[in-house]
Amino acid sequence: MNKWDWIKTKFKKIHSYIKKFSIKRVEHVGARSRETKSQELVRRFLYNKSAVFGLVLILILVFMALFADFIAPNDPNPSPPELENSLKPGFWDEEGAEGKPLGTDMLGRCILSRIVYGARISLSVGFVAVGIATALGVTIGVLAGYFGKWVDSILMRGVDIIFSFPALLLAIVIVATIGQGLDKAMIAIGIVYSPQMARIMRGSVLYIKEMEYIEAQKAIGSSNTRIIFRHVLPNSLSPVIVYGTLLMASAILDAAALGFLGLGAQPPTPEWGAMLSESRFYIVSGSWWAATFPGIAIIFAVLGLNLLGDGLRDILDPRLKT
Amino acid sequence: MIWYIIKRLLQLAPVIIGVTLIAFSLIHIAPGDPARTMLGQHATQKEINEIREKYGLDEPIIVQYGLWLSGVVRGDLGRSIITNDLVINEISSRFPNTIELAVAAMLFAILIGGFAGIISASKQYSVTDYTVMGVALFGISMPVFWLGIILMMIFGVILGWLPIGGRIDLMIPFQRVTGFMIIDSIITLNLPALISSIKHLILPAVALGTIPMAMIARVTRSSMLEVLRQDFIRTERAKGLSERAVIYKHAVRNAMVPVVTVIGLNFGLLLAGAILTETVFSWPGLGRLVVEAVYERDYPLVVGCILIFAIVFVVVNLITDILYTYIDPRIKYE
Repeated sequence: MNKWDWIKTKFKKIHSYIKKFSIKRVEHVGARSRETKSQELVRRFLYNKSAVFGLVLILILVFMALFADFIAPNDPNPSPPELENSLKPGFWDEEGAEGKPLGTDMLGRCILSRIVYGARISLSVGFVAVGIATALGVTIGVLAGYFGKWVDSILMRGVDIIFSFPALLLAIVIVATIGQGLDKAMIAIGIVYSPQMARIMRGSVLYIKEMEYIEAQKAIGSSNTRIIFRHVLPNSLSPVIVYGTLLMASAILDAAALGFLGLGAQPPTPEWGAMLSESRFYIVSGSWWAATFPGIAIIFAVLGLNLLGDGLRDILDPRLKT
Repeated sequence: MIWYIIKRLLQLAPVIIGVTLIAFSLIHIAPGDPARTMLGQHATQKEINEIREKYGLDEPIIVQYGLWLSGVVRGDLGRSIITNDLVINEISSRFPNTIELAVAAMLFAILIGGFAGIISASKQYSVTDYTVMGVALFGISMPVFWLGIILMMIFGVILGWLPIGGRIDLMIPFQRVTGFMIIDSIITLNLPALISSIKHLILPAVALGTIPMAMIARVTRSSMLEVLRQDFIRTERAKGLSERAVIYKHAVRNAMVPVVTVIGLNFGLLLAGAILTETVFSWPGLGRLVVEAVYERDYPLVVGCILIFAIVFVVVNLITDILYTYIDPRIKYE
C-alpha cells in the first residue's frame, strides 16, 4: 500500500465517522422530541454531575439507615460498656481496636457503628422536621397568597416576627420551653422553618393566582377549596420540593447543633451532634478520631442534600436559576 | 432618605411588639410557678400569695404583660432566678464579647470570602476557581462546632500556637473600661492584654467566620460573573483599561448589591453560630449565657437574652436595607 492509498483510506474512515455522527445527531434530536416531560427532567438531572453526586451521597446514607443492622460491624450501645476498649484508635494504628475500623469513644463503643446508626436518626429528623415545616408553611402560604388582603397581612406579620429570631436561637428557646429530647427538637426545628416555607409558598401562589386557568376555574364557578386543592397546590409543588431538600440540609445541621448543646438527642442515642459533644473533651489527650468522624458524617449528609437541592432547583424551577 | 429610615423604623414597631409577646408568653408557658421557684419548696401559701401580690402575679395576664413591657422599656428585665443579679447587668457584661467575636468573624468572612470570590470569577474555570468553589461548598455544609473543634485540635493542641478557650489569659492584669477587651487594652496601653485577647479571638473568629465566608465567596463569584458579561465591561476593556482596573474599579462596585444582602442575612446565622462557637471555646459571651440559662431554667435570663438577640438581628436587617440605597441608587425607597 503506498502513501496515497493510506491517506485515502484514512479520509474514508474519517468521512464515515462524520456520517455516522451526523445520523446519530439527527436520531438524537428525534428522540428528544418524542421524550415525555418526566424523561426530559431525568435527562437534565443526570446531565448535572454535582446533583447526581449529591443524590448518590444521599442514597448511600439512606442505604446505611435502612440496613444499619447488617452494615454496622458492632453494637452501637453495647451493655455493659466495654471500658477496656476506651478511646482506642482505628485502622491507622497498629494498636487499634480489633474490628472497629474508626476506633472507639470513651465508653469503648465502635464509632463506625454509631455513625451508621446515626444516619437513621439524622435522616428521620430531617424528614420529620421538614414535614412539619412544610405542613405549617404550605397552609400559611396558601391562605396568605390566595386570599390576600387582611389574611395576608396578619399571617405575614406573624411570619416576620418569627423571622426576627435567628433560627437556632428560637429552636433552643422552644426546646427550653417544651422540654429536651430528640422528638421535641424535631418539633422545634419544624416550627422554626415553617416561615421560610410559608414565604416561598406565598410567592408561588401569588404567581399562579394570576394565571388564566385559575381565572377560568373561577368563571365556571369552582369553589375556593377545589381551586386550591386541584389547581394551586399541584402547580406550586416544585418550589416545595426544592426548598424542602435544601431545608432538610439545614434541619440536619440544626438538629446536630441541638444535640451538641445537649438539648436535642440525649445520650446514649448515637446522634452525630451528641457524639461530637461527648467526645470533644478528649481531643486534648490526643484522641482526635472520636470527635472528627461524626462531623465528617454530618458534612456528607448536608453536602449531599445541598447539591441535590441545587440540582433540583436548576431543573424544576428555571426561573430561580442563578 | 431620612423619611425612608423613619418609615422603616415605624414598620419595625409591630415586629418588636410581636417579639416581646413571644418572649413574654415563653415565661408563662414554661412549667413551674415563679413565686414558688423564688421561695423554694417549703414556703407557706401566705408567703406565696404575698410574693404574687408584690410582683403582680395575681393580675390578669394582659396587665402582667403591660407591667413587664413597661419594665423592659425602662431597661428592667427582671432578676436572674439563680444568681439574683439584674438580668440587664449580666447581659451587658457579656454582650461586648459577642460583638467583638461577631465583628472579627464578619471581617474575616468579608475579606477572605470577597477576595476569593473576585479571584474565582476573574479566572473562571481555572484550577483556582475550582479549588475556591470546592472549599466554599464544603464550607457551607460544615457544622460550625465541628470546625471549631478541629481548629482547636490543630492549632491549640497539636501545634500549640493559640489558646484553646476563654477570652483572655487570667494571669494578665486587666482594667475594664468599655467591656470591649481589645479597645480597653488599647485605651489602658496594656500590651500583654492586647496580645492575649487577640490570640484568644483568632480561632473562634475563624471558626465562626468560615460559613459566612463560603457563602460570600459563592455569591461574589456569581454576581461578578454576571457583571463581567455586561457591555460596559467590554467598553472598559476596549478602551484599553488594565484588567486590574476593570475588575477592582468597575466590576466589583456593580457586583456589591447581592453581596451586601448575603452579608446582612448571614449576620443572623452568625448570631446563631456564636451560640455554638462560644460553647466550643468557652467564650464568655451572650450565646454561652443563653445556653447556660436554658440549662438552669433561668427564664428571666433566657427571655432577656433572646430579646437582645432579636433586636440586634432586626436592627442589622434594617441597616442592610439602608445600605442598599447607598450602594445602588437605582433601588428606590418607596
